[in-house]
Amino acid sequence: MTNFIRSVVALLMLAAALPASAALKVLATTADWGALATELGGDQVNVYTATSALQDVHRVEAKPSLVARARTADLVIASGAELEIGWLPVLIQESGNKRIQPGAPGYFETTSVIMLVEKPEHFDRSLGDIHPQGNPHVQLDPRNIAIIAKALTQRFAQLDAAHAQYYEQRFKDFDTRWQAAIKKWESEAASLKGVPIVVMHRDQTYLCNWLGLNQVAAIEPKPGMPPTAGYLGQLVTKLKAAPPRAILVNAYNDPKAAKWLSARVNAPVIVLPFSVGGTPGAKDLFGLFDDTLNQLLAVLK
Amino acid sequence: MSSFKALAALLAFAGIALPALGYAASDDVASLRAELQALKDEYSKRVDALEQRISTLESMPVGATAEAGPPVPAPEPTPSTAGYGGQSTAFNPAMSLILAGSYTNTSQDPETWRIGGFMPGDGEVGPGARSFNLGESEITLSANVDPYFSAQMTAALSAEDEVEVEEAFFRTLALPDGFTAKGGRFFSGFGYLNEVHAHAWDFVDQPLVYQAFFGGQFKQDGVQVKWLAPTDLFVELGAETGNGDAFPGTRRNRNGFNGATLFAHVGGDVDDATSWRAGAAYLDQRAEDRAFEESDEFGFPLVDAFSGKSRTYVVDAVLKWQPVGDPNRRQLKVQGEYMRRRETGLLAFDTQGSNLSDSYRSTQSGWYLQGVYQFLPRWRAGLRYDSLDSGSPRIGLVDSGEFPLSAFPSLLPADPDRISLMLDWNPSEFTRLRAQFDWDDARGVDDRDRAFRLQYIYGIGTHAAHKY
Repeated sequence: MTNFIRSVVALLMLAAALPASAALKVLATTADWGALATELGGDQVNVYTATSALQDVHRVEAKPSLVARARTADLVIASGAELEIGWLPVLIQESGNKRIQPGAPGYFETTSVIMLVEKPEHFDRSLGDIHPQGNPHVQLDPRNIAIIAKALTQRFAQLDAAHAQYYEQRFKDFDTRWQAAIKKWESEAASLKGVPIVVMHRDQTYLCNWLGLNQVAAIEPKPGMPPTAGYLGQLVTKLKAAPPRAILVNAYNDPKAAKWLSARVNAPVIVLPFSVGGTPGAKDLFGLFDDTLNQLLAVLK
Repeated sequence: MSSFKALAALLAFAGIALPALGYAASDDVASLRAELQALKDEYSKRVDALEQRISTLESMPVGATAEAGPPVPAPEPTPSTAGYGGQSTAFNPAMSLILAGSYTNTSQDPETWRIGGFMPGDGEVGPGARSFNLGESEITLSANVDPYFSAQMTAALSAEDEVEVEEAFFRTLALPDGFTAKGGRFFSGFGYLNEVHAHAWDFVDQPLVYQAFFGGQFKQDGVQVKWLAPTDLFVELGAETGNGDAFPGTRRNRNGFNGATLFAHVGGDVDDATSWRAGAAYLDQRAEDRAFEESDEFGFPLVDAFSGKSRTYVVDAVLKWQPVGDPNRRQLKVQGEYMRRRETGLLAFDTQGSNLSDSYRSTQSGWYLQGVYQFLPRWRAGLRYDSLDSGSPRIGLVDSGEFPLSAFPSLLPADPDRISLMLDWNPSEFTRLRAQFDWDDARGVDDRDRAFRLQYIYGIGTHAAHKY
């Protein structure tokens, strides 16, 4: 019997010791933050991504599998600014994991280091599902990614001081490649400045701001509100007077309304990856922007 | 605009220089000046940028989007946690208010509604009164207390102008190794629906099995400890105890732990689209003079009472299917729960009169299965089937020949069941308008009540995060 107890105790100690020696466990709310964590953390991080590019991150279930991942995470990377408000608070609350509570080093919001645009001046739900702290979809401006990468590297170093140099090295390497890529993308996309386009939801604002695309209308009348027939009718009238060159849709959107509008205002629909994994070309963060520009330039040259 | 610049510089000076004056040695003056100059430069840069944005905005046609200005990534990453604002109101708890109401049509008198074969418990059961009814208005306040605890209260204001503390509890934030503890008054964590607040139900009312076994939902004043396993498979174990007040138990004027609830849940993903959770629970309660109203053979009301042990087993499972790609369009949620209860003890007849008492033993069970399908972005349809089996109780007073079984009309064996159809429309996450039709034989008399209900649910305030 004592032998049995001994072996059980030994097994438990082994189980307790195992996770300690493993890499930093990261729970990223979106594929983009997951990809960034992998770029910067290399083999010192073990990344789990809560959602795919084909999901609307506003509306995700606090699934048991996600609660289980939150339990063991050393770091949660969220967008913040209320993007994940419908489910992340439940994960954190149910996780029983004090390392990832808001305010702890293991909780990182990428929007906390970015100046958000479209911060509403007054809050009223009659305006739709607005985000009081501003537009949280910051990943589509690569300059934001660079800022977040720097802050995330600091966070990695804070949580895993033993590998601080490793993270710093990887950040430098990433940043060099990233800055070069931004230059390349900006020169490729110079012709896109001022081109009038229609977006689906305001989640493409940062992309439009970066490239200088002129957002003339959104298919959603208000954030989070699907378009009604009456609103679409008005949109057609408005857009016929000043036709857009294209309608931008994200991979996760239902393209039905965009296709309907496309046929009436004679502007093609462009499906953008929106997140890493949204299209076959968007394999990583570099691919995300390569493919976004390819899709745009193929139509808007 | 230049006065604005001067003001900004003055403010910057006041903010930096004044507190510094107290301890600035003379050799620090140069560095202070440099710092000040840097600050001035930055402020004038920012003011320039702002002016430029304003002029761009002014030159734009009215109604154009205000975001056409140059993008402004934060110049310096200042790690902070969003949500921790600087205003005095920033510490206010998150607040939400739920308003609900309904219109009810029933073919039978709702006053006669009861669940055949089951001792009536406390709580709000049945289809409710006819015509227009205000539902419960729920006010919820919640916030973190400090780094160690959070607190939450939900008060329900009833249509009868009564206030009920529905839940009021603290919860730990910083226990190690996956433990969380909760104390106060709270819905027990067993099963699937027990913890779900009324506004988040998929039908107007609770399944019959919850109404029969717990008078709706089981909650008591007590404590809960939960542990979450450090595994990729979701494994949660929980234990609760309290004052034992909640049906099927009663308050017994006794120190210490009164009753115990043990539960476990496991869950995970089948694939990207499908997730599941299943659970089992055991509730051990004691009742002392748990009174219920009966009527004798002439129809006069009298009160009987049960005293003894009440043990309930619960099995629950839920499966959700959310196709990848446009999650808003289609979703399917299937759930079911099975409960079985054994009660052993004494049954007293007419406690205010003859008060004769003898042994009592019963085994009762029930289950429901429901599916809710979202077939369009704003529309959901649901189907639910309820079934109960009252079993045949062993009543000492009947076995001994003291009384005929008809002296206990509530306990006459019955197999109540109900079919419910639901359709709801959700123009936003904060509004739900619902129609429900019930083909209801809760009475177990094979004369079905046809109930039709319309319901509204509005949520204002903080965006609620919903559990799975």
